[in-house]
Amino acid sequence: MIYILQNYWQALLYTDGYQITGAAMTLWLLVVSCAIGFCIALPLAIARNSKNPLIWGPVWLYGFIFRGTPLYVQLLLIYTGVYGLHFVHNTPMLAGFFRSAINCTLLSFALNTGAYTTEIFYGAIRDTAFGEVEAGRAYGMSQLTLYRRIIIPSALRRALPMYSNEVILMLHATTLAFTATVPDILKVTNDAYVATYAPFDAFGLAAVMYLCISFGLIFMFRRAERHFLAHLVV
Amino acid sequence: MFNLGGFGPQILAGTVTTVELSVLSLIVSFLLGLVGASAKLSKNRAARGIATVYTTIIRGVPDLVLMLLIFYSLQIWINEFTDWLNNLQNSIDFEVQLDPFTSGVITLGFIYGAYFTETFRGAFLAVPKGQMEAGRAFGMRPFLVFRRILFPQMMRYALPGLGNNWQVILKATALVSIIGLTDVVKIAQSAGEATFRTFYFICIAGAVYLVLTTISNGVLMFLERKYMIGVRKAVL
Repeated sequence: MIYILQNYWQALLYTDGYQITGAAMTLWLLVVSCAIGFCIALPLAIARNSKNPLIWGPVWLYGFIFRGTPLYVQLLLIYTGVYGLHFVHNTPMLAGFFRSAINCTLLSFALNTGAYTTEIFYGAIRDTAFGEVEAGRAYGMSQLTLYRRIIIPSALRRALPMYSNEVILMLHATTLAFTATVPDILKVTNDAYVATYAPFDAFGLAAVMYLCISFGLIFMFRRAERHFLAHLVV
Repeated sequence: MFNLGGFGPQILAGTVTTVELSVLSLIVSFLLGLVGASAKLSKNRAARGIATVYTTIIRGVPDLVLMLLIFYSLQIWINEFTDWLNNLQNSIDFEVQLDPFTSGVITLGFIYGAYFTETFRGAFLAVPKGQMEAGRAFGMRPFLVFRRILFPQMMRYALPGLGNNWQVILKATALVSIIGLTDVVKIAQSAGEATFRTFYFICIAGAVYLVLTTISNGVLMFLERKYMIGVRKAVL
């Protein structure tokens, strides 16, 4: 344990001397994939609420596929599968993108969390109280203003508890990055395990670090809920 | 279109392994969840404390980390234990080898037992107290009260969460291929490497999972209807 801590503390926290590793990499994966997932999810959730089957159909299919298959399979597909396709191989831009492990990891994580987040936001938008929308219409708001001022702010607030769950599950999912050789916490501890053959010490350390990050996220989201959902606290 | 290159039977075998693994893990975690929920609701402070530590730690740590932790450490612990037994009595000389399937069942069961504990805890609390008291008043023993009264009513409240957990377990079995189990993902990977059609074979693995999740969705809807018998719903 002491040996691992002495030799790997820097790699576990932020760098191994050449690149970002460890906790910094894990947090980077989490933040970027959640940010992209959020940006995908908001328009898709609005589209999913449309009455036109040509609009909500594709969004439903996206959610069905990405929520019905394991993230590991999606990561494998994007990391090992796509690069083998001929047209990707022969297009320099695509080949450059898919050759990098971190790009593939971020893409698959973002698409996966985007699918789950779409479903969360879709439910929140659908459950908007009809009175709020009617009041907005009565003020003469256009559809865009209605969404911008009324529907989206209140839906995001109501989605916050579910969304915090999704972010924590996403933190747990970032561990898969190590199968694509991205140096996150698990990859560093796996290297430590291979070097020392002390699995309990190495992976136990990873477990403690993930536990701390989870608790940190829970604390942050609790603060956020107290701020944004203050009107619901009895 | 469906040219599996002779890998069809292997993919089928891998699918069977995936289903077996998820069903066995479901059973283990279901039982652990029942025990955990009873412990969390018991009057015994030690039982409550252990159950709370169990659910908090397991749900705060990623399942892949726990899987690697348990898979590699468990074998070492078992070896140490059998060595100790062998030293104790020289006539006993045996060893236990954990294969990826067994340790997959143990780890997945152990991890999702924590999620089931929370699901069942909520469901236990949702059953009216008077029901249990009536059972006791009829002279039923605690186990009979559990079997005839608490369990059937609790399942109604637990089913949505249970179905959710089942889908998560089904998808988590893909992780077990990382510790060396030849499930559908592993076979798709090796088939892809052998034929240079990785994309195609991984899509097949994904399709297998899609079929499995869709079927289980149907079964869950059926079960939910079965356990909702006798419940009046408000007409909106």
